Amino acid sequence: MLLVLWVVATLLFLIFRLMPGNPLAAYIDPNFTADQQQALIHEFGLDLPLWQQYLIFLRASAAGSMGQSFFYHAPVAQLVWEALPNTLILVLGAVIIAFLIGAPAGAFLAWKRGTAVETAGISLALAVRAAPEFWVGMILLAVFSFSLRWFPTSGTASPGAQYASLWRQLTSPDFLRHLALPLLTLVLYLQGLPLLLMRSNMLDVMEEEFIVMARMKGLPEGRILLRHAARNALLPVVTAFALVVGYSLQGYVVVENVFSWPGLGRLLVKAVAAKDYPLAQGAFLLIAALAIFMNLAADLFYTWLDPRVSYAKR
Amino acid sequence: MRSGSVDALPRPGQTWAGWRRAAGTLWGVLQHDRFAFAGICIYALFVLIALSGDIFAQLVYGARPALTVGFVAAFFVALIGTSVGIIAGYYGGWLDAVLMRLADVAFGIPYLPFVIVLVAFLGPSLWNIVLTMALLLWKDTARVVRAQVLTLRERGFVEAARVLGSSPRRLMLVHLAPNVLPIALLYGSLAVGWAILTEASVSFLGFGDPARISWGYMLQDAYISQALSGGAYNWFIPPGVCIMLVVMAGYFISRGYEELLFPRLRRR
Repeated sequence: MLLVLWVVATLLFLIFRLMPGNPLAAYIDPNFTADQQQALIHEFGLDLPLWQQYLIFLRASAAGSMGQSFFYHAPVAQLVWEALPNTLILVLGAVIIAFLIGAPAGAFLAWKRGTAVETAGISLALAVRAAPEFWVGMILLAVFSFSLRWFPTSGTASPGAQYASLWRQLTSPDFLRHLALPLLTLVLYLQGLPLLLMRSNMLDVMEEEFIVMARMKGLPEGRILLRHAARNALLPVVTAFALVVGYSLQGYVVVENVFSWPGLGRLLVKAVAAKDYPLAQGAFLLIAALAIFMNLAADLFYTWLDPRVSYAKR
Repeated sequence: MRSGSVDALPRPGQTWAGWRRAAGTLWGVLQHDRFAFAGICIYALFVLIALSGDIFAQLVYGARPALTVGFVAAFFVALIGTSVGIIAGYYGGWLDAVLMRLADVAFGIPYLPFVIVLVAFLGPSLWNIVLTMALLLWKDTARVVRAQVLTLRERGFVEAARVLGSSPRRLMLVHLAPNVLPIALLYGSLAVGWAILTEASVSFLGFGDPARISWGYMLQDAYISQALSGGAYNWFIPPGVCIMLVVMAGYFISRGYEELLFPRLRRR
């Protein structure tokens, strides 16, 4: 895991250094004299040999320092850490809610197999899954924010709002109102996988002998569905958790931008658009670290849930 | 195509009977082909919704980059993935280890952010988007193809070919590749949808090819032009529906293909 992170960091370093053009292009005013430009390049250490720059980069990254943002004139580490909680709450919240909704919905559709309800439900889930998530976000914005004015249009807090602590802020009604639409968009984007997986697992499990046995015992249908079938169908769905976390990392960058949600994805896009190399580098590195860490967490969670699968075996 | 159906197409200067025959044929086709019927309905709906000429014209032109990116990227994903999978599976050993670690790294890189960073610095063009997608998306195909090759390698016909003195290249190209082609095609058709969605996302974020109008670009245009607060639904609904339909089409193609490949699934 650390190895992958190291390779990603190295790749990133190479991409940013080997790009055509001067990384300071956005920083150096064209009116500077050649001497001043040279002085700046020396100050940023860009005249050192590549391997020395690389060593400096590695040491600094490991120490958690990522340089100074050209655009914001603030340390990158500070900007990135400020954006992290917003991203985390959005992504984790959406993944968990998507599973809480998707899995029961999948079980329900499996139960309704062969009826019009199933056809409609599956088509709907597939259509929502195929829709670009930023477009879904745009529709939600146009309908619920601009037309009905139920929800705010952007950001995480109303102007002028002050909170005593981060926790106070995250649990305030104002924050939750801001969170609602981006969260809903991500949930709609992510629900497809747990839903379809749960449905097909349920169809498999429903043909097993112990279900027939339960029917013969005369148990009520609802009890068979919940206690006997769903519990056994749930396990592979949980395995997909890591996969969904991966998908969400694809989705939240765009969703954050639609709703101007000040998280890592928006920071990255802004930095790239402003050619703010240090900030783009820092944001990307943290996103990559987040993805790798969440994958590991999902793996460990699965091992804990199903002891038959040991981590070494996979 | 049969000559009769060509006759049936309406042409200017045709007689009244000719027009009636054409309409009858069209009606017959629509009655028997649900998909053609649905297609024409959707088309008519779009013409109605996007009646303002600009939007409809952009919508039609926007299909080009989407489909180009979709198919070209999917082709390269399938090509690279299959090659890597066959080579890793056939040779095994350190080559296999290196290639699979590479796939692990490609798996660890968050996909969309990487595309954004690369496209922004390589310059906004359609081909750079295709390139970055090909760089990252081959990993799934490669893994599945490799697994398949590992079992194929031990089969009798490969052994026979080897005994007859086939070179490794001939073994891989003539004996192994045709056998993993269906799986490669399956993953390729899945990649079409991914590629189109990614192109739309990248264009929406403003890193798309400025010289081409794509559906993602239309959505970005609508977004920054305050189409949302103005309630200009006819501006931003059609491009999204287009993307959705194309992605769903790719999904259904791969789904149908999967049923052909693995008939066990068909009962669902």
